[in-house]
Amino acid sequence: MNDILKAIVGPELAGDVVNIIIILLKTAAVIAVGLLHVAFATYFERKVMAHMQVRLGPREVGPLGLFQPFADGIKLFFKEDIIPQNADKPLFYLAPVIFFASALTSLSVLPFFDGFVVGNINIGLLFLFAMSSLGAYGIVLSGWSSNSKYAFLGGLRSASQVISYEISMGLSLVGVMMMAGSFNLSDIVRAQNHYPLGIFAVPQFLGFFVFVVAAFAETNRLPFDLPEAESELVAGYFTEYSGFRFAMFFLGEYTGMLVMSSIAALCFLGGWALPAFVTANLPGFLAKALGLFCFLIKVYAFMFLYYWVRSTLPRYRYDQLMAIGWKLLIPLALGNIVITGLAKMWFKGLL
Amino acid sequence: MSAEEYKAGDQNLTERTEPEENTFETTELTISMGPQHPATHGVLRLVLDLDGENVVKCTPYVGYLHRGVEKLGENRTYFAALPLTDRLDYISSMNNNVGYVNAVEKLFGIEAPERAKFIRTIVAEMGRISSHIIWLGTHVLDIGATTPFLHAMAQRERILDLFEMLCGARLTVSYPRVGGVRNDISQEFLDALYEFVLEFPSNMDNYETLVTENRIWKDRTVGIGVISAEEAVNWGLTGGTLRGSGVDYDIRKYAPYDAYDKIEFDVPVGKAGDCYDRYMVRVGELRQANRIIKQCIEKLPAGPVMAEAPKLTLPPKDMILKDMEHLIHQFILITKGPSIAEGEVYVATEVPKGELGFYFVSDGTGKPYRMRVRAPSFVHASVLPRLCKGALIADVIANIGTIDIVLGECDR
Repeated sequence: MNDILKAIVGPELAGDVVNIIIILLKTAAVIAVGLLHVAFATYFERKVMAHMQVRLGPREVGPLGLFQPFADGIKLFFKEDIIPQNADKPLFYLAPVIFFASALTSLSVLPFFDGFVVGNINIGLLFLFAMSSLGAYGIVLSGWSSNSKYAFLGGLRSASQVISYEISMGLSLVGVMMMAGSFNLSDIVRAQNHYPLGIFAVPQFLGFFVFVVAAFAETNRLPFDLPEAESELVAGYFTEYSGFRFAMFFLGEYTGMLVMSSIAALCFLGGWALPAFVTANLPGFLAKALGLFCFLIKVYAFMFLYYWVRSTLPRYRYDQLMAIGWKLLIPLALGNIVITGLAKMWFKGLL
Repeated sequence: MSAEEYKAGDQNLTERTEPEENTFETTELTISMGPQHPATHGVLRLVLDLDGENVVKCTPYVGYLHRGVEKLGENRTYFAALPLTDRLDYISSMNNNVGYVNAVEKLFGIEAPERAKFIRTIVAEMGRISSHIIWLGTHVLDIGATTPFLHAMAQRERILDLFEMLCGARLTVSYPRVGGVRNDISQEFLDALYEFVLEFPSNMDNYETLVTENRIWKDRTVGIGVISAEEAVNWGLTGGTLRGSGVDYDIRKYAPYDAYDKIEFDVPVGKAGDCYDRYMVRVGELRQANRIIKQCIEKLPAGPVMAEAPKLTLPPKDMILKDMEHLIHQFILITKGPSIAEGEVYVATEVPKGELGFYFVSDGTGKPYRMRVRAPSFVHASVLPRLCKGALIADVIANIGTIDIVLGECDR
């Protein structure tokens, strides 16, 4: 293989080409498996909520209703794609793409198990913030370009919500960065091994709390789903979307939730890390598979929290949402940073 | 936080500064909420003038479900107009029927036998539970909590099953008759109902666990849509919407009809007149309705279920087929209607939504000269602009839910 490549592109480039091919394969795998998880996250949500609401949930399509997500996807794909006459068409086309692409791009810096990450960049966390902020553009643009008042209000709400909660989410993770001394997610996971229970959620409990609340707001989920509050704004920013464009918003939202759950699992709950006495005697691939399993359990536990909250709590009002963001979460997150900094200064040897 | 404090804070939020010169020119955004909208409980249409999220002006438009029930009633005999009342407030049709037959009986000058009165009380309170529980579910759903809605619908399903067992119909029941009720209730029905009644309080506890003390629920309802007792009376509010403001007015207590004077029950009353108090009042009413049904079942007397007034009440079907007299009465009553004295009558009953009044003017023929329905939903819809003054969009939704309107009754 190497020899053939060397013959084609020359000996200098052969290594790069191999790398590119590996990255492309990894990307394809992550997107395919990621989207599969997104599909079943919707199934999981419907089942969990149904059982909390004295219902049964999907059970007709395939065994236990497991093919329901595919049926939904196919249905949406074949629906008529309606575009309002006075919509700003280029932006209307672009908005769901921005939203979905930014959510998918976030998957590229997540280490799913030890050593497996598409782009192992040293500013992984910052990249995630950037992508989640970019996703907000999709929402704002869709609200703007639909030329519908309900969508417009949804877009406005989303803009202010994302701006407010982006800050508290960023600040909530500063404590983690300080303790790990790195922006790289793999390094953050490894750094947690030195702490009690192997997770940052214990020393960074304040940060974790702020992060969880901000994560709900960032992904527009109850109790902070104001941009799409169906009883107020019909469907919020995607009121005018149908067919596959609607599906892209839908998939983007669930991808966003999975990304947020992954950040929680990686930065606060120890990610794929397992205690050394478990992994020490295992063959490499088995240790990695166990790590992946461990990571997925944490992700889905967090997803379950999303669903649980959704079926339990009512929705906040717009001004209350802002008040929580600015008056409660940001001071808490700032306080957490100060405490972490002081602790790091005083107990230098310990941390 | 008291209502006054909250109100004061609210005003700060909605206070608008006058635009200075050379700044942006702003215009109000007018949105049409409804008639097709997930939270307007049917076909209510609100035109909202918005300044950002603040509601500057709210104008309700009604009439999308107008079917001319009052006019139709004037073209039918007193017996044949009964099914029209099912379609007023279609989620508590039993209560409308009871109100209608009470009004007609007063006009005719007849009285239902004791057993029929108890049965009517039972079914009316069942209707109240079914209506209030839908209100609870949808109100909470509007504010964003999905689970109580589905649990409530499961409970309502049991009431509908009981109605089906009783008279064959689930929604548009037409079970009470002028002079009594259509058929006697079976022991099987009573057993099933008693079982429901015994389980109901613990089910209510479940809903309340999710909602009543929920912090977000309180944030969304305490101090929202405040209306003082005096103002509430002036607007003509009735039912839970009035009692939430602290006015102890319940027709079942002040002008008892059917068996309410023989039953012990309390009238829950609020204090602050906000959404939360109205919620608490209706939740209290649910428990009281359950208590009333339980007492009625225990005290249910024996006897006939139709009054002995052959010229004014429809004869039983099996007698028509056997007996000449009954056949003649049936024929006259159905084709021509009963012969009654001239006069007018207004009878109000306490339906889940408030005071439902029927006003008849009789010209001595078998059909009313004028039939008028005093619909609580119509009055309550008119108070929406007052409740939504200075509110946010989300509060408009809470206010629509809290006044508990059904557009079938509002538009008639």
